[in-house]
Amino acid sequence: MLSINNLQASVEGKEILKGINLIVNSGEIHAIMGPNGSGKSTLASVLAGRSEYEVTGGEVVFEGKDLLEMSPEERSHEGVFLAFQYPVEIPGVSTANFLKTALNEVRKHRGEDQLDAMDFLKLMKEKAKLMDIELSFLQRSLNEGFSGGEKKRNEIFQMAMLNPKLSILDETDSGLDIDALKIVSNGVNSLRSKDNATIVITHYQRLLDYIIPDFVHVLYKGRIVKSGGKELALELESRGYDWVKDEAGE
Amino acid sequence: METGMDILDEVVSRDYQYGFVSDIEQEITPKGLSEDIVRLISNKKNEPEWMLEWRLKAYRHWLTMREPKWSNVHYPAIDFNDISYYAAPKVKTDAPLSLDDIDPEIRKTFDKLGISLIEQQRLSGIAVDAVFDSVSVATTFKAKLAEKGIIFCSMSEAVREHPELVKKYIGSVVPVSDNFYSALNSAVFSDGSFCYIPKGVRCPMELSTYFRINAKDTGQFERTLIVADEGSYVSYLEGCTAPMRDENQLHAAVVEIVAHKDAEVKYSTVQNWYPGDKNGVGGIFNFVTKRGICIGDNSKISWTQVETGSAITWKYPSVILKGDNSIGEFYSVAVTNNYQQADTGTKMMHIGKNTKSRIVSKGISAGKSQNSYRGLVKINKTATNARNFSQCDSLLIGDKCGAHTFPYLEVSNSNSMVEHEATTSKIGEDILFYCNQRGIPTEEAIALIVNGYCKEVMNQLPMEFAVEAQRLLSVSLEGSVG
Repeated sequence: MLSINNLQASVEGKEILKGINLIVNSGEIHAIMGPNGSGKSTLASVLAGRSEYEVTGGEVVFEGKDLLEMSPEERSHEGVFLAFQYPVEIPGVSTANFLKTALNEVRKHRGEDQLDAMDFLKLMKEKAKLMDIELSFLQRSLNEGFSGGEKKRNEIFQMAMLNPKLSILDETDSGLDIDALKIVSNGVNSLRSKDNATIVITHYQRLLDYIIPDFVHVLYKGRIVKSGGKELALELESRGYDWVKDEAGE
Repeated sequence: METGMDILDEVVSRDYQYGFVSDIEQEITPKGLSEDIVRLISNKKNEPEWMLEWRLKAYRHWLTMREPKWSNVHYPAIDFNDISYYAAPKVKTDAPLSLDDIDPEIRKTFDKLGISLIEQQRLSGIAVDAVFDSVSVATTFKAKLAEKGIIFCSMSEAVREHPELVKKYIGSVVPVSDNFYSALNSAVFSDGSFCYIPKGVRCPMELSTYFRINAKDTGQFERTLIVADEGSYVSYLEGCTAPMRDENQLHAAVVEIVAHKDAEVKYSTVQNWYPGDKNGVGGIFNFVTKRGICIGDNSKISWTQVETGSAITWKYPSVILKGDNSIGEFYSVAVTNNYQQADTGTKMMHIGKNTKSRIVSKGISAGKSQNSYRGLVKINKTATNARNFSQCDSLLIGDKCGAHTFPYLEVSNSNSMVEHEATTSKIGEDILFYCNQRGIPTEEAIALIVNGYCKEVMNQLPMEFAVEAQRLLSVSLEGSVG
């Protein structure tokens, strides 16, 4: 599904990603861990197409297409979803209206008709139930006045609505209490299928108790320095990152 | 309903769509302003002596006045002697024009603007007075309205046919000496609409005036007067466009509204004068005085405006709340893009007891534009238990534009209540990227946010106007980012 080859990227002239290699297949969950400043969020932003980041080398192939050539909205239409670490607030636009617009953009891209109001409502009710969200909540301005946990839950709700092929969760667990963490994880798990894939970016192993990854990668100084199964996350939890740094030759 | 992509297509495919010039034989007075020109205009319109005297008085007063400089707009000095004050399509016959006699070119012009002057082709719910440069060229549904005793005609015709009404009300809300531009307008006003709704009549259709500037180097000085007699109701719409030209053109209008006891007037404007090009060259200077008086008890005047055009807008539709329990409302969306400047707002003057006013102003600035809200809420000692609520919001698109708010509150009694709320928000890179990531392209994202932001004002517009206004908003904000 996704193949990243020697990806290099910089922001404001400073090189952050120094050659990332990663292959993600359908049905897989990959966790990317690493200390602060290792480039985790940069990787997420580059995959989503944020313009502040300049790709200086390498390639990214998504479903056989050159991802880096696409605009952010095209990437979204192709099925790339980013759950933001810091979701923005959009005053005056309800979550429902926002998602209806977004869904219809994707459908337009696929040459499908606009979703009619009843079908949309039905879909929204179903997904809101999954994420334990009150319908009245979705009539409020997007993220305006939401708590940190509500915003994150709203991100996964949007993911459920848009049903992407590749979801990238950028530190979705930060700022969540244990109950919210369970709801969010439950949402992610129930969306899992053999046709989609997820990249979970996290600082802590805690989230991985709920979302069980197939692979764990450690990002350090812009490179993936270690990969393994889910037991690698537990090892990092007990030993910290220093030994990985040592192995990386620091 | 238009889909997002339709709007986007339109946005991409065109700039100002009303910028064409009609090739029509015209009669234009020489440039410059003098008593002779004032006489000439009055003479062209076959006006009675009292009207000429009124104009001359205004002209002489105007000579003593200076151009106001207090507003937050900047423009090169206007040479008032480099403007033609009267331009009219040449009339081929002396007989009064019937709808069938309209010059086909003019009819085509209005057709192109989406305003059909043929009654059968119009939505039956709207009567139109079409003003082309300095004259009204057609008024539709006059006969049908007359059945109810409603007078809806051009100002020139009203001066001749209904002098007693014009004499009684003209200048009664906006006195000649009110300000520099109202004095100028009073001296040289060319045409506009007049409307009188008799006692107890609810006007069965929307009345509207469509203003079109066509001639070069001219100014348009129209004058509109609406009188709603006791217990009557009318909803009035105003639209306007002009060709694209490199020179600035002056538009200095006066609108007066009188609402008697238990009467209600709703006045909606979609202002789309040519705003100038992307570098700020050309465009209309829109210096307008609009004011209504709730003269009788329980009367109501409501202004709704969507301002997207003009290089400079200087306009404060106001309400004098004289009658007890009267209500004044002002709903505004003002959009500025590129180098446009707008200084707009309202004045609510509370005089009667239990008077109420509501102000909802939504400013949107994009490009390198400057957008100011200026408003006064004045509560006189006599206005016991008066209430005002003001909401002034600003939305910035990008970081090269400006939004300014100048609210003035003067409260002279202790039992009134005045509330003022204000917010500023910005559509920045973060929000746009978020929308893009969800599959929503930038222009569409701006339209979504702007429409959400303006909803409260748009809801006040009559249905067909609201659709037009919403589309206009997206077009006006084309290329506002990046």
